[in-house]
Amino acid sequence: MYTTQETICALATPSGSGAIGIIRLSGPKAYEIANTIFHGKDLTKQATHTIHFGTVRDDNKIIDEVLVSLFKGPNSYTGEDSVEISCHGSSFILGKVIALCLKNGARFAKAGEFTQRAFVNGKLDLAQAEAVADLIASESESAHELAMNQMRGGFSDKIKTLRDELIHFASLIELELDFGEEDVEFADRDDLKELVDRLTVVLYNLIQSFSAGNVLKNGVPIAIVGEPNVGKSTLLNAILNEERAIVSDIAGTTRDAIEDEVNLGGIIFRFIDTAGLRETTDVVENIGITKTYQKVDQATVILYLVDAKKSTKEEIQKTVATIQARIVDTNKRLIVVANKLENELNDKKEVPTAILDKFEGLDEVHYLSALQKTNVEELCAHLVELVKSNIVSNSDVTVSNYRHYEALSKAYEALMKVTEGLAVNITGDFLAMDIRQSLHYLGEITGEITTDDLLGNIFSKFCIGK
Amino acid sequence: MEKEYDVIVVGGGHAGCEATAAAANMGSKTLLITMNMGTIAQMSCNPAMGGVAKGQIVREIDAMGGYSGIVTDKTAIQFRMLNLSKGPAMWSPRAQSDRWLFAQEWRIMLEQTPNVEFWQDMVTGLITEKGAVKGVKTSLGIEFKSKAVVLTNGTFLNGLIHIGEKNFGGGRAAERHATGITEELVKLGFEAGRMKTGTPPRVDGRSLDYSKMEEQKGDEHPSKFSYHPTTKPLINQKSCYITYTNETVHNTLREGFDRSPMFSGAIEGTGPRYCPSIEDKIERFSERDRHQLFVEPEGWNTVEIYVNGFSTSLPLEVQEKAIKQVAGFENAKIFRPGYAIEYDYFPPTQLKHTLETKLVDGLYFAGQINGTTGYEEAACQGLMAGINAHLKINGKDALILKRDEAYIGVLIDDLITKGTKEPYRMFTSRAEYRILLRQDNADVRLTPLSHKIGLATDVQLRLVEQKQKSLKALMKKLDNSSVTPDETNTYLSESGTANIKQKVKISNILSRPQVNIKSFAQAVPTISSLITNEDPTVIEQAEILIKYQGYIDREKEMAEKMTRLEEVKLNEEMDYFQFKSLSSEAREKLNSIKPRTLGQASRISGVSPSDISVLMIHLGR
Repeated sequence: MYTTQETICALATPSGSGAIGIIRLSGPKAYEIANTIFHGKDLTKQATHTIHFGTVRDDNKIIDEVLVSLFKGPNSYTGEDSVEISCHGSSFILGKVIALCLKNGARFAKAGEFTQRAFVNGKLDLAQAEAVADLIASESESAHELAMNQMRGGFSDKIKTLRDELIHFASLIELELDFGEEDVEFADRDDLKELVDRLTVVLYNLIQSFSAGNVLKNGVPIAIVGEPNVGKSTLLNAILNEERAIVSDIAGTTRDAIEDEVNLGGIIFRFIDTAGLRETTDVVENIGITKTYQKVDQATVILYLVDAKKSTKEEIQKTVATIQARIVDTNKRLIVVANKLENELNDKKEVPTAILDKFEGLDEVHYLSALQKTNVEELCAHLVELVKSNIVSNSDVTVSNYRHYEALSKAYEALMKVTEGLAVNITGDFLAMDIRQSLHYLGEITGEITTDDLLGNIFSKFCIGK
Repeated sequence: MEKEYDVIVVGGGHAGCEATAAAANMGSKTLLITMNMGTIAQMSCNPAMGGVAKGQIVREIDAMGGYSGIVTDKTAIQFRMLNLSKGPAMWSPRAQSDRWLFAQEWRIMLEQTPNVEFWQDMVTGLITEKGAVKGVKTSLGIEFKSKAVVLTNGTFLNGLIHIGEKNFGGGRAAERHATGITEELVKLGFEAGRMKTGTPPRVDGRSLDYSKMEEQKGDEHPSKFSYHPTTKPLINQKSCYITYTNETVHNTLREGFDRSPMFSGAIEGTGPRYCPSIEDKIERFSERDRHQLFVEPEGWNTVEIYVNGFSTSLPLEVQEKAIKQVAGFENAKIFRPGYAIEYDYFPPTQLKHTLETKLVDGLYFAGQINGTTGYEEAACQGLMAGINAHLKINGKDALILKRDEAYIGVLIDDLITKGTKEPYRMFTSRAEYRILLRQDNADVRLTPLSHKIGLATDVQLRLVEQKQKSLKALMKKLDNSSVTPDETNTYLSESGTANIKQKVKISNILSRPQVNIKSFAQAVPTISSLITNEDPTVIEQAEILIKYQGYIDREKEMAEKMTRLEEVKLNEEMDYFQFKSLSSEAREKLNSIKPRTLGQASRISGVSPSDISVLMIHLGR
């Protein structure tokens, strides 16, 4: 059981060594505890939202020089008195400062507890709280942007507007049900239909944006398909190199490449089944093989890799047609990569006509040499461009959370029943039932209807410190 | 004279009568004290029972073993099933009653109920001991002892009648008001408030010109309220009429506004927004050039007419001048003027789900004293108060109807959870699960429950069981038998629905919205032979269940979801002020209501979803 009497503390920045590390305290004794270990001004007498320089000492032994930021409740993230201590980012120092906080009466925070308190104190609604979880987990710029947008309430606002319109609609219907015997004007069915149509379009777009939102959070699934020995792993390595080149511009941020996840221009690309990719024995003729199809189905971008010298025009054209037939989904993009053009591309990167002929009539063909890393940079830039133009800009508000997606889908389903009902002239009591259903599901998103499972699920996702 | 009873019911209106009948039928020795034994079960306002949502309540009362349905059937002069053009959840029985017969029938039924005794007197105070009620004191100085008291004082507590600038104490026109009880309850710690309601003028039917009005006849094949086979549908019926006000009427009424107690501030109580006086309608909906009036006969033989929709407290001469400008009323003679009445009520958040007060053990409130309006709303509260008073004094578990079980459950839960700022009337939209709460299945929903606690009779239960059995059998037949294209397609085409190409199950055809079992049976002998010997109510149920199965199932699912929140019990002794993370409004509301379950807490206005989350976290969920 959770009580607000306790003051909690945790490291708010990632563990490991960084330039600085921040320790956060929240609860009724946050100021008192900070003041005990801090030497400098009397923190309890300072104004909220101010920063103070001083030292943290353990029995007069200086641990570190620190900056302390003060947030008086309710004007803090959690809604309680909060203090943030910025230390130098050494594990030893951070560990020592936390230990001091604990010694002076704080308790180590549980996963997600800061956000849980923010939610409980009415600082965040459910959708916003979930966005925080996403924010913490977000690895790339786009996902970060999405989470920020949601946290500022953009998503909740949109849903709320929708709900209000629906509530108005529902009350019109209720009016004619309960006062049908009296001299009231009935809700105009054409107006109602217009309203429902408009709402379903908005809901539909939000639902569609789920795939975009999810893609941003989890990475754009990308599949490299092609015959054995066309250079699939060589290409993957070349792309990984591109990422390294990008991130290494910022000193000290280089990280070990996760082999199947690549961050290009702020967007995460996730290579599907790359383990399989490396050992794949798929042959183009066998593109019908389930496994390859699965990859195509899961991917948003399909890189069809061809040995541009060995493959015949007929083979290439046939395979492209097969894949295209498979990807009727408009969100998927097929890029043909003509590989193994070592020494074939001259300085101006012009492609020999014999090669060009094999790819006649195909859109989006990239001519490159994965081995020599010729044109790989261009391919990467193209991938980024593709995702940004097709996915990110599709919707100003994006649904990225599966729970939201499900609730929106159910609300949408119920609204479709309203539309069906209007079409066959069904009576108001049944229309009202489906409208109420829609309202119910929209309410689930903004947190107006919550169940214990729901909350448990949300809070278990938070990592410590936020 | 006997001085000791199990249950004393104060007030002989719709709530008091049902409370008396229920407690007595369950075996409690019951005393009904009324100020006037000549006005038991008076219809103070319009001479009608039922209507949208209210008709469902009467059916529920009947299914539980109350008398309102039987009395209505026996004294009706017109019956209509409202909303037949809408879905079955909206079908609502409504009857015009003979006002005198209605009151007389109630009195006779109570007289014939064992364990019921009467006393004509005014109750002026309660006898309480250590927070528990022990009896009542009357104006004649008598003390009656009892284990439980049900107060059903209607509009009588400090009732104040307004007609124009005149006002005088009274509980109803020509009846004196009751004093003393409010003051005593306030002393005991109750919070009291003021409400207002009104009634239109009654006129001489012989002075009206019906040729200028639209006739509104009863149903061609009238149904009835009670599930008991002892009451029969009407054979002869009287018509009502519809007419309209006009701009001239409105202007005349406006001339009297400066002398209206509504606008002068003389009336302090809050009136119902959905049942406004005619002056209110004109003021608030000034864009409308006419308002509908229903001209309703007050009985079989009387010439008195109730002018429904013309409720007013304007000065008599304004009422008279204005009403004569209504089409058909040119020569109208007023028998009794319209008036407004203010009365005391006690915010119902001071009650438990059983309608027992939180403050005084064994004391129950029912009807207008709880801020409701309407005969049906009052009657069902009386029924539940009577039932629970009896159960309590016998040490048995309370009977609390849930929101997905009955409109009665919705009504009581709303009252005690949310309170009410204006006279509370039932609407179907107040129910989350109205497709489950239909007038056709009130018996299935409630008779077994009521039988279990000893109110609904064995006969009632057997009727329901028999009906269920026949229903099952009929559903099976409709599911297992088929019709051929040859015998069916003509009917299907005529009904505007697609033909069939091969044999199709009857239930399949019946699920089409365009198909109606009665016309289907008339057109296709296979169907008529299947249903010919069935009870019409069984056929109706079967058709509803087949046609709306999808909707019914979905609503059941939703109700089950809600039930999960209902099953999270809250400690009724909990001090919510200790939870700093609750909003201060929520803390206050929760502390005053002390909800039984998390579901109830979620329905308290001012308790937000995040407050509920806070409670969940506190409960360790």
